[in-house]
Amino acid sequence: MTAQTETAQAAELGRARLRKEDARLITGQTNWTDNITLPGMLHMAFVRSPYAHARITSVDVSAAKQRPGVIAAFSGADFAAEQGSLPCAWPVTEDIVIPDHPPMAVDEVRYVGEAVAVVVARDRYTAADAVEAVEVDYEPLPPVLDMRAALEEGSPKVHEAGNKSYDFVMPNGDLDAAFSGAPVVIERTYRQQRLIPSAMEPRAVVATAVGGEYTVWSATQVPHILRVMLALQTGIPEQNIRVIAPDVGGGFGSKLQVTAEEVLAVLVTRKLGRPVKWTESRSEGNMTVHHGRDQWQRIRIAADSDGRIRGLDVDLLADMGAYLMLVTPGVPILGAFMYPAIYKMDAYRFRCVGVFTTKMPTDAYRGAGRPEATFAIERIMDELAVKLGMDPLELRELNWIKHEEFPFTTVAGLTYDSGNYEAATARAKELFQYDELRREQAERNARNDPVRLGIGISTFTEMCGLAPSRVVGGLAYGAGGWESASIRMLPTGKVEVITGSSAHGQGHETAWSQIVADQLGVPFEDIRVLHGDTQISPRGLDTYGSRSLAVGGMALVAACDKVIEKARVVAAGMMEASADDLEFSSGRFSVRGDPEKGITIGEIALAVFFAHNTPEGVEPSIDADATYDPDNFSFPHGTHLCATEVDTETGMVTIRSYVAVDDVGKVVNPLIVEGQVHGGIAQGIAQALYEEAVYDEAGNLLTTTLADYLVPSAADLPSYVTSRTESPGDNRLGVKGVGEAGTIASTPAVVNAIVDALRPLGVQDVTMPCSPERVWRAIQAARETGGAAATGGAA
Amino acid sequence: MKISVTVDGVKYADDVEPRMLLVHYLREVVGKTGTPIGCDTSNCGACTVLMDGASVKSCSVLAVQADGTDVTTIEGLANGELHPLQRAFHEMHALQCGYCTPGMIIAAADLLRDNPHPSEQEIREGLEGNLCRCTGYENIVRAVQRAAGSESTGAGATS
Repeated sequence: MTAQTETAQAAELGRARLRKEDARLITGQTNWTDNITLPGMLHMAFVRSPYAHARITSVDVSAAKQRPGVIAAFSGADFAAEQGSLPCAWPVTEDIVIPDHPPMAVDEVRYVGEAVAVVVARDRYTAADAVEAVEVDYEPLPPVLDMRAALEEGSPKVHEAGNKSYDFVMPNGDLDAAFSGAPVVIERTYRQQRLIPSAMEPRAVVATAVGGEYTVWSATQVPHILRVMLALQTGIPEQNIRVIAPDVGGGFGSKLQVTAEEVLAVLVTRKLGRPVKWTESRSEGNMTVHHGRDQWQRIRIAADSDGRIRGLDVDLLADMGAYLMLVTPGVPILGAFMYPAIYKMDAYRFRCVGVFTTKMPTDAYRGAGRPEATFAIERIMDELAVKLGMDPLELRELNWIKHEEFPFTTVAGLTYDSGNYEAATARAKELFQYDELRREQAERNARNDPVRLGIGISTFTEMCGLAPSRVVGGLAYGAGGWESASIRMLPTGKVEVITGSSAHGQGHETAWSQIVADQLGVPFEDIRVLHGDTQISPRGLDTYGSRSLAVGGMALVAACDKVIEKARVVAAGMMEASADDLEFSSGRFSVRGDPEKGITIGEIALAVFFAHNTPEGVEPSIDADATYDPDNFSFPHGTHLCATEVDTETGMVTIRSYVAVDDVGKVVNPLIVEGQVHGGIAQGIAQALYEEAVYDEAGNLLTTTLADYLVPSAADLPSYVTSRTESPGDNRLGVKGVGEAGTIASTPAVVNAIVDALRPLGVQDVTMPCSPERVWRAIQAARETGGAAATGGAA
Repeated sequence: MKISVTVDGVKYADDVEPRMLLVHYLREVVGKTGTPIGCDTSNCGACTVLMDGASVKSCSVLAVQADGTDVTTIEGLANGELHPLQRAFHEMHALQCGYCTPGMIIAAADLLRDNPHPSEQEIREGLEGNLCRCTGYENIVRAVQRAAGSESTGAGATS
């Protein structure tokens, strides 16, 4: 530990600062990509496949080109020589099948919505009209829509190489020993339905080239990754590409992508020599923004009769969709490490088969593999408790890692940094009034109340702070996991902070100011945070996987250390003292033992600006860059408890109360953390109750609008009770990350509550989303079978 | 067609295609990009503006239908200082990415005009036509309560 940490001020850490970014967001001064207008700018509109699977026999754009105001129109063949294949950066096995994925289809289309032509016109209305004039002939091929059928002999093929992309197996410990002779073994199959991320800002891209230098504005989470990939994809030298993520309206993983439209915007601007813009409509986006989840999960658990878990066996089928996009195959593999969750066990085996279908590709969606894993383990823990006749919380407590056992290496090989499951659960039980609700539940069951009360538990953890570069390299991930930061000390004593993280709603401008204010002892107001532009912030790995604070925040600390060390040398010269005798506190150097005499870091910034008296051989700058690569992931955790009332006559589910106690380590800004938890819970509830991307038997997406795809409104969601415990993370800030926690935790909490309410009626599962119809059908099915296994969906 | 519309206190006269949506007129002709577009089926409410004082989803109104009206967007809501709802959204951390915020604030303004002291449930139902993907609505509800003066305490925030 260095001197700075001992003396860094903690005035800002933990303070509920109101956000700096709000000033422009609440007044309509926000700079969304779709706001950008450039001189001579043209608008692109895409012709998209109406077939899930078809051979393209001809594309005729000539009529479209004749229309007034249309500048150009191109088919896939026009780009064939230059468009390359969209990148997949996570080949999870050595023999993974990664099919060619042209940004614009040339010979064959494999999902409804795949681009087959583009029209470029003077304005967006003209472009949209001209799309109608493009004639495409297709020869329909059989769609492939069901993962299990896709793997059967004789199934139509999505790609020549077949419908299996990969088969990933991760054995840990002696599974046979764990299962053979186990007094209790239960097996369940769960369905993770396909979801549409639904960031409120639709995707948009603007591209321009001046003298061979390209600038691309995109509603992206990953400007740095996009820049590298655009260079590799198009052959444009990387130094001639600048990517800007201006204000970005949410992502949730959906904008962690290198999209066909981004690449094609660059190719079109290269062909035409004019700026182009494309903004998707919501209907277009629901079809063509990558989807999330979509897995079948078969999970087996073996336990002793006292409830101790012996082993866990997980078999997944994961729907890749038609192609592998940026991290498509890796999403379920991230989950592989999380099935053992907070529990100790002897053996664990994970297997996942990635399957191609003729649907939109899946990829990262808030949590990315971890919500799926948490759902399955937390659901089956409830089932195991029922089987053993135990209280589900007691069963969890029996098996979870005790707080004194951290750091703890799990059966999946991860070393959890810190945690206190006992404390979080105790707090949650108290806030929830667990015992009182259990009593009420028993009373209502006893009197056959038509509206049943259910209690759902989710004691979750997650791996975040993605990621230690060596570890992800070992998993064949095609990037590092570090983050960079730069500090520029301005002559007037103000500070510019440049971060490689790329915020799109997370509040980095505020939280990063707080961190730097503490480290450098400068006022919060004197700091400006810059991000999301590869020309301003040349190095970065962007924002996803709850990584910004645990990795990017620590990069800030590392950069501040360097600033202080450089300033110390200058200060020593100015004060005619030995650098070793100086101490740094509250933004000021003074000689140890003589606090009266001192010099502030702002004064040093001015002194090096003049550079009249900087010490011999010392560069006239105290600016610094730093890159931080974490040693480990971080492991936030928490206990979420949900009480639902289920009307057994209508199937209607009402969330009566929801308590979330999260432990995300040290908190920089509690307002922002609470906001992340609220929004995360809402998205997890949405999966449990409302949302599902539905394709019909021909492979048409039926949920193309927000009228069909039910993103919940304020009236559909409860109020949340939130609280925190604090187990510091294993870094100097003690932070862990919070972006995905709520979403990971809440889905199993809600479904466990619904099943808990209906178990006296014989219901053992309800397939998500637990709509009134599905709940009602599950109840009817249980009644008909006399309380045997019952599900509400296609399980 | 020729139309004359007052937008945020300034009068405009333009010739527009009859099919042009009000939101495209505001964004692309008048230059009021503070009002964003979130969907194409009038479900999300991001484009909500006030037309003669009542909230409308400007993606569901033709520019020609706005002829002769007085339109207020998020950019014209502040009157020298922030509107109480703008201040409350900031103070209660009722926005994250901010994309839904213009529409949400305008819709809340209309709600409070009709019902100056709504209950929590009335706020939730009153804002049903405006979707937010970031906040889970908790702090939006608190912000509207605060702006309505029906809740005197803040979220414990310091500025």
